[in-house]
Amino acid sequence: MMKRWNVGKRLLPLFAGMMLLLSACGRADLSTLNPQGPVAEEQFGLMKLAISIMIIVVVIVFAISLYVIVRFRRRPGDNKIPVQVEGNHKLEIIWTVIPLILLVILGVPTVNSVFGLSKDYTKDPDAIQVEVTSHQFWWEFYYPQYDIHTAQELVIPTGKKIAVTAVSGDVLHSFWIPSLAGKIDTNPGTAVENGTANANKMYFEAPKAGVYLGKCAELCGPSHALMDFKVKAVDEASFDRWTAAQKTPVALPSDPAIKDALVKNCLSCHAIGDQGVLVYPNLTDIGSRLTVGGILVNTDEAEYANEGTTYENLKRWIEDPQAVKPGTLMPKVELTEQEIDGIAKYLSELKIDYEK
Amino acid sequence: MAHAHAHTVKRYKGLMDWLTTVDHKKIGILYLLAGGFFFLVGGLEAIMIRIQLIKPLNDFVSAEKFNQLLTMHGTTMIFLAAMPMLFALMNAVIPLQIGARDVAFPFVNALGFWTFFAGGVLLNVSWFTGGAPDAGWTSYVPLASPTYSPEYGVDYYVIGLQIAGIGTLIGGINFLVTIINMRAPGMTFMRMPMFTWAIFITSALILFAFPALTVGLVALMFDRLFEANFFEVANGGNAVLWEHIFWIFGHPEVYILILPAFGVISEVISTFSRKRLFGYSSMVFATVLIGFLGFMVWAHHMFTTGLGPVANALFSIATMLIAVPTGIKIFNWLFTMWGGSIKFTTANLFAVGFIPTFVMGGVTGVMLAAAPADFQYHDSYFVVAHFHYVIVGGLILGIFSGLHYWWPKMFGRMLNETLGKLTFWTFFIGFHMTFLIQHFLGLMGMPRRIYTYLDGLGFNNMNLISTIGAFLMGLGTIFFILNIIVTSVSGKKAAGDAWEDGRTLEWTIPSPAPEYNFAQTPLVRGYDAFWKEKMDGHKEMTPAEPLGSIHMPSPSILPLFMSIGLFIAGLGFMYHNYYVGGGGLALTFLCMLIRSLKDDHGFHIEPDELHDKGVKA
Repeated sequence: MMKRWNVGKRLLPLFAGMMLLLSACGRADLSTLNPQGPVAEEQFGLMKLAISIMIIVVVIVFAISLYVIVRFRRRPGDNKIPVQVEGNHKLEIIWTVIPLILLVILGVPTVNSVFGLSKDYTKDPDAIQVEVTSHQFWWEFYYPQYDIHTAQELVIPTGKKIAVTAVSGDVLHSFWIPSLAGKIDTNPGTAVENGTANANKMYFEAPKAGVYLGKCAELCGPSHALMDFKVKAVDEASFDRWTAAQKTPVALPSDPAIKDALVKNCLSCHAIGDQGVLVYPNLTDIGSRLTVGGILVNTDEAEYANEGTTYENLKRWIEDPQAVKPGTLMPKVELTEQEIDGIAKYLSELKIDYEK
Repeated sequence: MAHAHAHTVKRYKGLMDWLTTVDHKKIGILYLLAGGFFFLVGGLEAIMIRIQLIKPLNDFVSAEKFNQLLTMHGTTMIFLAAMPMLFALMNAVIPLQIGARDVAFPFVNALGFWTFFAGGVLLNVSWFTGGAPDAGWTSYVPLASPTYSPEYGVDYYVIGLQIAGIGTLIGGINFLVTIINMRAPGMTFMRMPMFTWAIFITSALILFAFPALTVGLVALMFDRLFEANFFEVANGGNAVLWEHIFWIFGHPEVYILILPAFGVISEVISTFSRKRLFGYSSMVFATVLIGFLGFMVWAHHMFTTGLGPVANALFSIATMLIAVPTGIKIFNWLFTMWGGSIKFTTANLFAVGFIPTFVMGGVTGVMLAAAPADFQYHDSYFVVAHFHYVIVGGLILGIFSGLHYWWPKMFGRMLNETLGKLTFWTFFIGFHMTFLIQHFLGLMGMPRRIYTYLDGLGFNNMNLISTIGAFLMGLGTIFFILNIIVTSVSGKKAAGDAWEDGRTLEWTIPSPAPEYNFAQTPLVRGYDAFWKEKMDGHKEMTPAEPLGSIHMPSPSILPLFMSIGLFIAGLGFMYHNYYVGGGGLALTFLCMLIRSLKDDHGFHIEPDELHDKGVKA
């Protein structure tokens, strides 16, 4: 009895320390151990339960191993033949039944959670509907309730359920926002409107305003590593301003030479406001996005190799897309230095001011 | 080894002996050489991967090259390193353990080796013809489809693995038949050594799992070479189908890899504890159960594919259940050591190190089985850490243990213990250093299979530590190679019962085993047959037959040429050169025809030619 109490006394601080370590691990906008929304929280809860059970198992095995290794090592000159034990039914039953009990403890909340997290909000009028389409190597977001196409940056209102329908435009990708929700694969399939094929559904919610990092989690080609996106949670009023601003017309560059280069080269694949085509990322508010291409972080205080001002990043991207994202379909367009400058400058000023 | 004798069968010497051999012991050594070579290749690829990830935004290799490296690292390690090294141990040990003179089909055994080798070489030829496969070892479509991988890389994967897969499949069938039919008199199923049991179940898994892979590869080959549409979504194919087919093979494959390691650990721990394996019958039962459940859980690799809550719940629970028989094995090993007299040879260090390491890989497996939590772990470095704990911490430690344990029986010399212990400690510490930290990288949001990561995400230090660990593992491997060289030059000659505590039949014959294994087939009177005789005061086994002439199979060059034919055919079809392709196939069929029409009754070794008269201890 005394012995068991001791074991408990030693294990408790270990668990406490482990939990502390886990919950302090990683960036709040990226780590699964630092969940920022109810879905990731529920998944983290299950992870904690599983880790606790597993630590018990590991500690028991380590303890027996250590004891056996130390206690029963062969001393020099020891030639005795140990008793040849065949087995022990009582022990066999113990180490069959106890794991089964542990599995029930883990299995019941698992099944519960599987069904809970598979709840379908795609028909819920209160939820924000988002159709996610993945491409090599960028993310397309379509808001059917607002008829808005955007890319790389998923703007959502805080406190609302976000109902995601995910498909792929080419190869498999996986849609993952570690601090908000676990991932779901995007399978290639028929158009979402048909509701058939392999479209996947998930939901998540961000109670707190902020920016959360998203990642592609399925090998999808050379730039799989660089297929990042951002989730930007803003209050509802800001979100409404954002959706409204997406509809307002956008002026093209005033300089006719730049305008010409832009319309001829960029708008044959991209859209700005109501102009151009929606084959590749919509550029309507590219100047207010946090990144260019998902990975070149826009900031005035550049610290790392992948950071720069919006203008610098746009220029770097347009000048040689392959150098930034190997394998991207964005071609290196034949443009003069002035044209690149002008286009980058124009794009960096395409801002929507929706956060008040 | 061959002595002059009065028979007409041609006996070869030198290189020709190795190219024509059908002797399971020599084929085992061939498997070890080839598997060891590919292990070094795969290890080099791993080191390059880790160098690339040593710091953020590194440019040691390009994105394209990195994807080739990670694909070939996985494919090489699983199919061309781990499996052949297991086949090496199977070949070297199983016939000896069951008291047989060879496997059931010696010719097929040689064919299995050469097809594996041809497939493995074909896969690696891709490095020099414009780029290795780059769609991951899982080769998920559409990325691996002709639309998104129009280069030849994935063709090498598809065709190389088909050829290598033939070798594995016929090897599995061979060992099933061998174990069922060729056990010595008295060796009932419940007296078989645990390693033999493990290989028996493994062979059954190979029999049922590999055809699934072959079907998948053939379908993908038709998509790639002949514009079929099995997986072409635009034309009504289905990409998720490939995932199912791959994992219906892929999950049993995990157990094909780990069960033999379980068998090795059972033998080594029992021998060096001088104790009978604790709970033998429950160990057998647990192995069978793991093999069975291994086929019921493939969709746990696909929790995020979108199978729906019912499938995810069922596969979650089924997966968790595997923990029960695995736990049974772990505790039985611990209680085999309990009360024993444990000697820490290098082989046993690897075995004892295996137990806690494998448990760590096992518990993360149960964590991954909880589908909602897996949505977070899936395709992150947590998974990378998990399967390296199971495969390196489980299988590779098991193979190292088995190699150190059976080396004297295979080569007749004792490996150097000092170098062996150096191998263990550098490899073991390097392993934990590389992979423990990767669990946390994954949980902190680092996806797997990324060729680089941005700075400032908090991944830098952990990746640096992981890379240093990888170099330590490399150092451990170098120590092992050094040990092999030192041993082959000046190693101590091994006695028949090399470890003095041998319990099973392979230790009753000289080291290395003579060509015919047993001059007289032994009579098995119980589990741990040799140990039982020793405890009863006997020095050797009771023979089950009088001394007589021994029938041996003839060597043949045909298996080598059949495999070369397949190699040529593969290359030919890949480049749509149907003359070359057809020519290669013709060579293979010609060899098969010769084999069918030519009568070859083998030869006999007469009693006066035997090295050892009677069965010795």
